[in-house]
Amino acid sequence: MLMGYSFGDLGSIMAMQGFAGLILFSVFVLMALGLAVIFGQMGVINMAHGEFMILGAYVTFLTSRLFTTYLPGAFGAYFFVAVVLAFCAAGLAGMAVEWLLIRHLYRRPLDTLLATWGLSLILQQVYRSVFGAREVGVDQPEWMMGAANLSESIQIPINGLIVMALTTLIAVAVYLLIFRFGWGKQIRAVMQNRAMAGAVGIDTARVDRLTFGLGCGIAGVAGSAFTMIGSTSPTAGQLYIVDAFLVVVFGGTGSLIGTIASAFTISQARSTLEFFLSGSMAQVVVLLTVVGILMLRPQGLFVLKVRR
Amino acid sequence: MGVLNRKDLLFIGLLAALVLIVLPMALEPFRLNLVGKYLTYGFVALGLVLCWGDAGILSLGQGVFFGLGGYCMAMYLKLEASTPEATKIQSTPGIPDFMDWNQITELPLFWQPFHSLALTLIAIPLVPALLALVVGFAMFKRRVGGTYFAIITQAIAAILTILIIGQQGYTGGVNGITDLRTLHGWDIRTDHAHTVLYFVNAGLLIGCLLLGQYVRRSKLGRILVAMRDKEDRVRFSGYAVADFKIFVFCFAAALAGIGGAMFTLQVGFMSPSFVGIVPSIEMVIYCAVGGRTSLLGAIYGALAVNWARTTLSEAFPELWLLALGSLFILVVVAFPDGLAGIYRKTFDPMLDRLLPWLRRRPSVHGPAVLPAQPIASAE
Amino acid sequence: MASNTDHLLAVEGLTVSFDGFRAVDDLSFYLDRGEIRVVIGPNGAGKTTVLDLICGRTQATAGSIRFEGAELTRMKEHQIVRAGVGRKFQTPSIYEDLTVFENLELSFPRGRSVFGALAFRRDSEVSGQVEEMARSMFLQDHLDRPAGILSHGQKQWLEIGMLLIQDPALLMLDEPVAGMSVSERAKTAELLRRIIQRRSVLVIEHDMGFVESIADKVMVLHQGRVISEGSIAHVKADRRVVDVYLGH
Repeated sequence: MLMGYSFGDLGSIMAMQGFAGLILFSVFVLMALGLAVIFGQMGVINMAHGEFMILGAYVTFLTSRLFTTYLPGAFGAYFFVAVVLAFCAAGLAGMAVEWLLIRHLYRRPLDTLLATWGLSLILQQVYRSVFGAREVGVDQPEWMMGAANLSESIQIPINGLIVMALTTLIAVAVYLLIFRFGWGKQIRAVMQNRAMAGAVGIDTARVDRLTFGLGCGIAGVAGSAFTMIGSTSPTAGQLYIVDAFLVVVFGGTGSLIGTIASAFTISQARSTLEFFLSGSMAQVVVLLTVVGILMLRPQGLFVLKVRR
Repeated sequence: MGVLNRKDLLFIGLLAALVLIVLPMALEPFRLNLVGKYLTYGFVALGLVLCWGDAGILSLGQGVFFGLGGYCMAMYLKLEASTPEATKIQSTPGIPDFMDWNQITELPLFWQPFHSLALTLIAIPLVPALLALVVGFAMFKRRVGGTYFAIITQAIAAILTILIIGQQGYTGGVNGITDLRTLHGWDIRTDHAHTVLYFVNAGLLIGCLLLGQYVRRSKLGRILVAMRDKEDRVRFSGYAVADFKIFVFCFAAALAGIGGAMFTLQVGFMSPSFVGIVPSIEMVIYCAVGGRTSLLGAIYGALAVNWARTTLSEAFPELWLLALGSLFILVVVAFPDGLAGIYRKTFDPMLDRLLPWLRRRPSVHGPAVLPAQPIASAE
Repeated sequence: MASNTDHLLAVEGLTVSFDGFRAVDDLSFYLDRGEIRVVIGPNGAGKTTVLDLICGRTQATAGSIRFEGAELTRMKEHQIVRAGVGRKFQTPSIYEDLTVFENLELSFPRGRSVFGALAFRRDSEVSGQVEEMARSMFLQDHLDRPAGILSHGQKQWLEIGMLLIQDPALLMLDEPVAGMSVSERAKTAELLRRIIQRRSVLVIEHDMGFVESIADKVMVLHQGRVISEGSIAHVKADRRVVDVYLGH
């Protein structure tokens, strides 16, 4: 018994809040996946990751506007176009940033952190100048606003299901790319010994750029999903960066399953607690718990013992 | 091996002359008060030089310690401003107004010690240092460092901000603790009080600079640098590496706490907007602009960046964020040693030629790379 | 055989596994006072891991390491150092930004606590010992230079000096002559013979000429186990050793 709720009630609350948290969970997973690629594989801290997500959100917003104006008949399908565009836009922007900035700083992780923070400030100001300081919301097509009846009492929002499916698709793709097709090996080889990786025929500059671009592109997709739960503003990305980093380290860097499991744990704990506490206190409790656990187990939850 | 050589004395003298004589004479009280506010960030930057520049520990949570010091001071001042007579229109007289607005009828326990000025003055460096001790103990004993530590400290900054904003009945919420009037009966809102506080602040800052210099010139200072480069070698020379990291992190936190308290006194309020992620990381840039391995540079960095902020946001508000963002990138990519680095490369050799008597006398085993040079140029 | 307490170092049943891979497997050996023992073995035999285990850098999965009656597996690295175990790393590990003098001074065993370091003063005892150590490491002319500009061989000597100034009872050296010129090797061998007087030394080395010039006893590791132990002649004649080195 907890605060007057029976366990049966608690189960229902968990389930309902759980489904309500589907999109938040997806945003977390996508943000964290992007970071897991960039931070977990390359060891680069990208503080502008949230701004790449917001770039995806603005692209989604623009796409929806374009469809309303020029293709109102096809509005129902705009989201899928937007996702692809968001991925490309954020990915290309990421590759440009890697070329202009990140590649000069690979040996200096703390400096990268500060430089990308500077980049995030610049991007925020650019968004503000281009899109205005006000928040923008995106209309969703009619059919995505509905809900599927799972049982009489439990309903699942359709948009949640779509985002969920998209997230699964991307997670599987990243898994295959990094862990099955050997790209991860190339990335780690480059990070551990750049000269040697180059000597055995890996195009190190290309690996760096594509990896960083991939991570940012996934953040862009997170932005598309984000438009469904929040309104887009120049500074909205900053709110997610700390959570996203905690998700990655909590899961254990380099562990894809860990990243997803920890995104699930954190987002579900938060939406469940929000039922009992105010939103801000739920966030405090979750963050404190995660930080507390990380202090006891800094390597994260899913990491193997290796020789240092 | 003295703590200060001739060049140090010259440059500390120049700083003292600037902040204690030139600026007070040149600036009207309002501007001087602003400079006083900038200088409070100098305390944070000094701590970051030791913590980040020397020991290589980047904390993105210095705003937390600055805020804790500032809140300690603000709580004392608020209680003094909330006498039963002054608050007799409240439903519960004698407690801070924001508590009354939030239907709190009794002063919370953690506010009680702040009735006493002595306890408040002790709490200002001690509360931040204690939090740093807990965090440092948990992290450094388990060999957590680098980017990982930076992220955790940033998360702590986020947590504290959300907590302060969420618990407005106990903390004043997003508005912070405002409407502060007197310090032990002395009105802090007058121009005269601002001037006095300015000098107290500047004097304290120079005192902390000397203290920091003492730490850096001690063997502990060299161990910090050695740890940054070859942590394992230090460990296998019989040092408990974590203890040294904890010490320097606590030291930096205490300095930040003092800065926060002086901030509250001079600005007249404290709010969560000086605590969170954004102000915390900006404090790092003050240190980086000045030169992360130079104590004097850190103070000039805090002055320069804040002065630029005020000037730019008065003239072109939309440009400030762009400028600050570019500053982060520029300092990291092009000037990793900041202003002090520029000084070292160009002006220091010139100075040696012009004023040869400033150069240290050749000593046996020259106080090494680190102590051989003035603070402004110490690696 | 005498009881364990007569040995300076007694390693028994030492095992460590990384994800199921046993880098050191049920290893036992004893080191006498004043003995120079050289550990040889092919790459991946677990030589460096053994040193890591003794100095506390790696936690043992099982087994015990007794040093002058103290159980090292339960101690922290700095406590092990203070108990009298010095460790030199494979690549020279010195403070490049500090001078040779400061490198040695930081290793001087005084003021090792936080507040001890704050109160530490460079007195004549410290300076005297540092200068003496620099002389025996052929570095007396480089005291005021940043250590980063020394030659590779000089850096190796400096690190050995940094260990010796702590006066350890057990000195562990990981490939001390790697990357040294022929004359530097000869000098190092002479150096080691000189410093051995009052202490035991555990050395990992590949250079057989150097091994022959210093070792009392050689121990051959393969896949985390001792496959042969004894004089150089004995080990060289051992069939298993030859097999391991030549491959089957």
